[in-house]
Amino acid sequence: MTTTSLVKEELKTKMVKTQTMTGSEAVIQCLLQEEVETIFGYPGGAIMPIYDALYDYLDQVNHILTRHEQGAIHAAQGFARTSKKVGVVFATSGPGATNLITGLADAMIDSTPLVCITGQVASPLLGTDAFQETDVIGISMPVTKWNCQVTKAKNIVETLAKAFFIAQSGRPGPVVVDITKDAQFELVDFHYKKCKTIRSYQPKPQLNLEQVKAAAELLNKAKKPMLIVGQGVMLSGAEKALLEFAKKTGVPVASTLLGLGVFPGNHEQFVGMVGMHGNYAPNVKTNECDVLMTVGMRFDDRVTGDVSKYARQAKIIHVELDAAEINKIIKADVPVWADAKEALEALITLVEPKKHDAWLNEFKEAKAKENQVLLENRAKDFPEQMTMDEVLSLLSDLTKGEAIVVTDVGQHQMMAAQFYEYNQTKSNVTSGGLGTMGFALPAAMGAKMANPKKQVVAVIGDGGFQMTLQELGTIMQNNIGVKIIILNNGFLGMVRQWQQLFFEKRYSFTEIQSPDFVALANSYKIKGQKVNQRTELKSALEELLNSDSAYLLEVKVAKEDNVFPMVPTGASVSEVRLQ
Amino acid sequence: MENLEKTFTVSIFTENTIGMLNRITIIFTRRHLNIDSITASETEVKNVHRYTIVLRTTKEQIDKVVGQIEKLIDVLKAFVHEDKDVVHQEIALYKIRTSNLSNADVEQVIRENYAKVLSVDTQFIVIEKTGHKSETQALFDKLKPFGVLEFARSGRVAVTKPMKELSTYLKELELNKQL
Ligand SMILES: Cc1ncc(C[n+]2csc(CCOP(=O)(O)OP(=O)(O)O)c2C)c(N)n1
Ligand SMILES: [Mg+2]
Repeated sequence: MTTTSLVKEELKTKMVKTQTMTGSEAVIQCLLQEEVETIFGYPGGAIMPIYDALYDYLDQVNHILTRHEQGAIHAAQGFARTSKKVGVVFATSGPGATNLITGLADAMIDSTPLVCITGQVASPLLGTDAFQETDVIGISMPVTKWNCQVTKAKNIVETLAKAFFIAQSGRPGPVVVDITKDAQFELVDFHYKKCKTIRSYQPKPQLNLEQVKAAAELLNKAKKPMLIVGQGVMLSGAEKALLEFAKKTGVPVASTLLGLGVFPGNHEQFVGMVGMHGNYAPNVKTNECDVLMTVGMRFDDRVTGDVSKYARQAKIIHVELDAAEINKIIKADVPVWADAKEALEALITLVEPKKHDAWLNEFKEAKAKENQVLLENRAKDFPEQMTMDEVLSLLSDLTKGEAIVVTDVGQHQMMAAQFYEYNQTKSNVTSGGLGTMGFALPAAMGAKMANPKKQVVAVIGDGGFQMTLQELGTIMQNNIGVKIIILNNGFLGMVRQWQQLFFEKRYSFTEIQSPDFVALANSYKIKGQKVNQRTELKSALEELLNSDSAYLLEVKVAKEDNVFPMVPTGASVSEVRLQ
Repeated sequence: MENLEKTFTVSIFTENTIGMLNRITIIFTRRHLNIDSITASETEVKNVHRYTIVLRTTKEQIDKVVGQIEKLIDVLKAFVHEDKDVVHQEIALYKIRTSNLSNADVEQVIRENYAKVLSVDTQFIVIEKTGHKSETQALFDKLKPFGVLEFARSGRVAVTKPMKELSTYLKELELNKQL
């Protein structure tokens, strides 16, 4: 044992002993027991006792003061999604807690494990409209996996233990623990016991071998099988099993937006992304394959388009942990209610080794054609100006597809999904289900905190950047080495694209002005530059990547470029348009 | 048919925690589903509570809703039944002016409907009737001509016809945990 781990062990045994302390100190002790190293938060009246207790533990736990509670929760999301840990957030009552709601909804829909601790007014004041009192439990109920209010110090420990268990087990999600101020002051005997089971909660089903066998049988008979993988693969740590399974079955592997990176983007069997702005082949071939197997995805409407025309010809195998997702949108012929890793590992032994070269080639040819059409159209429409795709392709090349790329919401997000080759798991962080503009900058900070040695690049639109740009202050104060690329098209581009295509080019409130982003960054002591010319792009990207501290690069791109392929809303995936 | 509207009884067994009712009902609200009636009580197992919710919707929709309800951390188990699979009952109270009692027809109505007089006051009497909604409604319609001062009907209480007991489910849940 190293000396540090010896010290850690010693600390632990010391802590397991019952000690009398305040509820606030118990909160911090619980976090230490759960091996929390980083907290993102913002103080205020109702959580002051906890911040005061934290002050004694700064040698054991790191706290990042963000500039807004939304920044704190998105940072915690970025942290959790790029590590195997739970994101932890502190916020005060009232406005502090309500500022978390967007992040909670985002974490809920994208299955991100978070424990958010909010301060609450003292229990005698509950329900009296006291200063900064809000019904945090009521407000956050629909956007949390679980929430709980604690009014007695003696319940803090058990509740937090439960919170950590619930947040990260099964299908992960955000948890809120709201602690009244009097409970924070009250004394309690501290004794920590990790929560391992809850009677009414079954995080993982037993693998049903009959279901697995039925799936294997379908796959063994398939002539044109196709696999779509989602974030569930990552959440269950099934990447290796997936790779082995794919190799053995020879099946083309497509991915959802959140699934990018769970299967190497440069693998010969990887055929791209499905969905509204997914690649041509996997969309069209969803309606041509004979067996469609999906793992850890939930048939979001952005994936399926018109469900009545989705994969009608195919037998569908749906491998999914969350029972409520099975048959929710698409009826499965063979549901496999299971953890992705367990299911894939069981399947590997049952599937016959196969090659599907001709079938796979059809995807490759379609992809080549897609690339050609997109390139030609952009060259024709924008001969002079830079377009987002080239920035992202170059970024992909320069980082070998191994950086953690955090994207915001809009055209740049879809362009990153299409043109960045995600070769590593947990390297793609984006707000998928909720589509929260303003997510990327704080989430990238969190990702960098969790992966200090990795290159973390935030790709953000000029609109979204202005939603949470105050976090530049957090980056400055904590020296967080995130690299920021703003793809500036002078528009809320994605909305403008829809206005162009579906609202007769009536650009109602989508043109947006921006400050001098580089000067803004400089004012926060962050280096940066702006490029207008293609010839300057490569060296600028290299400078960004080589910088050992935060860096902001603004790239002026064509104003009215559109993201294609596109499955228009309500259309079938077969009707994906290349232009 | 999966997409035909029918009456369903949803029985939900939960831990005894604050806010359960809210957690359950927002799942209906979010899907724009209107609940016809709701009752809550402790079950034969201490600290396990039972919610009985009645509503009209499609089988497909209710199955999805029950899936979401079962996902709630403090929900032990949820079942959905059609009317033919539950024994159910409601109770209704009718307040009538005492002076109207002198009308012999009231007595007749009470008799014929197997209702009973629960309370007698100088000013009013309270009649009680248990039965299915159609039965308590029928009595209401008959008493209406005599002037019903107040009328209240409970939500449905129901027990299921299948014989598996709650305690068996609870044991299964515990067993699952140990696997
Ligand atoms: C908080 C929030 N408000 C509004 C939207 C709707 N919306 C989706 S994309 C988009 C435009 C984003 O513009 P920008 O950040 O400049 O990115 P671009 O599409 O130009 O790349 C908007 C307004 C959203 N997703 N999130
Ligand atoms: Mg823009």
